[in-house]
Amino acid sequence: MKYTLQDFKSDQEVKWCPGCGDHAVLASVVRAMPEVCEELGFNKEQFVFVSGIGCSSRFPYYMNTYGFHSIHGRATAISTGVKVANPELSVWQATGDGDALAIGGNHFIHALRRNIDINIILFNNRIYGLTKGQYSPTSKLGIVTKTSPYGSIEQPFTPGQLVLGARGTFFARSLDSELKLNQEIMVQAAKHKGTSVMEMLVNCVIFNDGTHLEFSERSVREDRTIVLKHGEPMIFGKNRDKGLVLDGHKLKVVTIGENGITEKDILVHDAHTDNIGIHSLLVDMKYPEYPVALGVIRDVEEKSYEENVHNQVKEVKEKSKIQCMEDLLHSGATWTVE
Amino acid sequence: MEHKIIDTQEVVIRFTGDSGDGMQLTGTLFADASALYGNEISTFPDYPAEIRAPQGTVSGVSGFQVHIGATEVKTPGDYCDVLVAMNPAALKANAKWAKPGASIIIDTDSFDEKGIEKAGFTTNDPIAEMKLEDYHILAAPITSLTKESLKDSGLDNKAIIRSKNMFVLGMCYFMFNRPLHFTEEYLEKKFAKKPNLIAPNKKVLNDGYNYAHNIHAIPNTYRIEPAKQEPGVYRNINGNQATAWGLLAASEKSGRPLFCGSYPITPATVILEELAIHKSLGAKTVQCEDEISGICTAIGAAYAGNMAVTTTSGPGLSLKSEALGLAMITELPLVIVDVQRSGPSTGIPTKTEQTDLNQALYGRNGECPIMVMAARTPSHCFHSAFYAAKYAMEHMMPVILLTEGFIGNGSEPWKIPSMHDYPAINPPIIDKCEGKFKPFERDLEKYARSWALPGTPGLEHRVGGLEKNPAGAVSSDPLVHEQMVAARAEKVARVANYIPDLEIIGNQSGDVLLVGWGGTYGHLYTATKQLLADGANVGFAHFDYINPLPKNTAEVFAKFKKIIVCELNSGQFVDYLRAKHPEFKFAQLNKVQGQPFIVQEIVEAVKAL
Repeated sequence: MKYTLQDFKSDQEVKWCPGCGDHAVLASVVRAMPEVCEELGFNKEQFVFVSGIGCSSRFPYYMNTYGFHSIHGRATAISTGVKVANPELSVWQATGDGDALAIGGNHFIHALRRNIDINIILFNNRIYGLTKGQYSPTSKLGIVTKTSPYGSIEQPFTPGQLVLGARGTFFARSLDSELKLNQEIMVQAAKHKGTSVMEMLVNCVIFNDGTHLEFSERSVREDRTIVLKHGEPMIFGKNRDKGLVLDGHKLKVVTIGENGITEKDILVHDAHTDNIGIHSLLVDMKYPEYPVALGVIRDVEEKSYEENVHNQVKEVKEKSKIQCMEDLLHSGATWTVE
Repeated sequence: MEHKIIDTQEVVIRFTGDSGDGMQLTGTLFADASALYGNEISTFPDYPAEIRAPQGTVSGVSGFQVHIGATEVKTPGDYCDVLVAMNPAALKANAKWAKPGASIIIDTDSFDEKGIEKAGFTTNDPIAEMKLEDYHILAAPITSLTKESLKDSGLDNKAIIRSKNMFVLGMCYFMFNRPLHFTEEYLEKKFAKKPNLIAPNKKVLNDGYNYAHNIHAIPNTYRIEPAKQEPGVYRNINGNQATAWGLLAASEKSGRPLFCGSYPITPATVILEELAIHKSLGAKTVQCEDEISGICTAIGAAYAGNMAVTTTSGPGLSLKSEALGLAMITELPLVIVDVQRSGPSTGIPTKTEQTDLNQALYGRNGECPIMVMAARTPSHCFHSAFYAAKYAMEHMMPVILLTEGFIGNGSEPWKIPSMHDYPAINPPIIDKCEGKFKPFERDLEKYARSWALPGTPGLEHRVGGLEKNPAGAVSSDPLVHEQMVAARAEKVARVANYIPDLEIIGNQSGDVLLVGWGGTYGHLYTATKQLLADGANVGFAHFDYINPLPKNTAEVFAKFKKIIVCELNSGQFVDYLRAKHPEFKFAQLNKVQGQPFIVQEIVEAVKAL
């Protein structure tokens, strides 16, 4: 069936603050879904959007699909249950940096370890918005918030590093306003078998305005970010003249045409390698030393959890003598009283 | 000496030893052989939390009590006729459970100076120190005899010593005229992949039997004839296994695939293990990263249309509280099994108690009534789990099933039911509707909402923890909230129209009504029979359904002059009854020792009223 973005919009009034980055992510999702349907043969009724608690977790109400707005931190566990129960469904999860990485951190890493086929959109605004402005596990060191009035003394997580540490098979990063890139990422995530984590760097206009601005601001974005594409050289910059090379165990930014560097010297992105090393270097790149990596950084093929669950059920069913309850009740040692 | 066989109605044997001595297996094998022989049986494993507590110490003693009878057996027995004590610590910890004059089998090899000292005896004569001279002590060098028996077996010393439990089992088989072949067949199956262990184990078993025969220290042996049981095919089953099977049966009857999300916890783990085996019946099990994930994966699976289950014990239920509220407000079917253990906190994890009732009834934020059921006996767990799932699915709500370590680990013979005896389960699944689907519209009888499964075109809807109006839109309207709270409560209350009436065992009216719930059934039943035999005018009512209560509850209470509520906590059910039925006066009998009741203490409490 052919869908348009209108098919995926619900009739509910969207209640995010004007200017919130979540609006752009929602716009990206409703644009990506028709393409997901076309490429993967899904129908609209096969989509389930699951969320936890937080601003971004209102997401399911704004989608005209099946949806579950659950409790704080548990979206990943709920999604896991939905997908194992019915692998025919396309399961999407909207979660924030607090929801996924603080209260829900345990479920998050274990979903990755199992590689359950769910698509996690991680809205990272580096702040607790719904509770009105406390620091989150991704807030920058030193940030002044209501619960860190003298500056936060906690080191932030880099979500991509958690994904890699748990041997996640898919990680992508984008900016709220990069609608086209977001859609591409979402379609690739949908195609990926296993847990896909899409970190969306979103802006909270009220409590953490401009947190990503140093590299996301339009006029500097091309120089301070790099969009990675599998099989393509890691080139960036307004003039497409900067690139990444390996310098010992580190990445280095070079300028093409300077010091004898040519395009051939630039690293080519391999999202499909299982080797975590280079993906880790890319995930870790921070401005100003490096451009911030966007796009699909890692996309590795591996069997998904629910596939293994169902295969095992099928295999045991084929071999077992116990095919129904009566068989089970009479299995093993029994005796008859006349 | 002429050896005499004495017919007896019942006997209780308690196998005790170091937690590495294999007493749980020995007891189980004795119980299984007796069940296969046709006796009524009831068992009670009593083991420490440590897998291997310090060897030879009292804290490391593991016990397994078996009650076998030629007539009705409803409890594992209060005190034992035969105590097997494989070391001094076992004797020290368990002599108090031996009836006056009971036979006590000890392994003299372990009663050396070191063993006696480790057990904490102050003299070198434990028998005298514990004043057991009047008991029939069967002192046998079990370890050395086992070594002698297996000296040519080719097994190493460690493996040989490990088989000493088979020697003592053989001795017990002689004492009670049990056939050996059931256990021999078991050994053949168990060691099918290690055939070199079959012959040695059989040999030790037989040598133990022959030794007991030859020493002439056992003047009389006992015969417990097969019990007169209802005709049918029987098997032995423990409560956790029965719970798992009841859930599988409900899955088959409802056509909904079973999903279990759980985290291992004593004493509930066996349910998850058992479900994990039966993939051929379509059961999917996810061993989750924590208790919260256990219930949340199950809630997700329920939303997607599976028969969802999570299994746990007290501390795990605490962790699941918030998600239970989510299951309740989203009105999704879910079975939560709590195999209660001694608390609070970690408490005494391997000991039994009924102390989670308040938690099951009230342990959530907001107005959150949930249906609560309890199982009576090991085999009754099958029935209870089946009905918990039936009510959950047909009424679209979470149901808590309380069992206990005592019945979860305990086993009994079970007349195998036919699946034809169990009703169909018809969850209110819909595949289309007129107009826009309203997820929280309910049917007027049960007050259940419809179950619209993701994947069904046209029924897309959202559920969640936020209060909603019947159409499914988020609402914080004060009156809508109050209506929804009332409707959800009414749905639980209306289950009373679907559950069976409370029955009275014994006299249908009279002086005293004994009241219980859950795993105390066997002890209360036996106490009631004893009181009736003593001429007391008593009845007994046991609650399988706690929230809601059976509709005839007040009617039953009104038939007796006095009511005594007996439970293994400080009075949680009695307080609940006082709140629900303030028109009656309730006496209470409570025990919070991590141990089941003793029949005699119930009898005495009733007589003292």
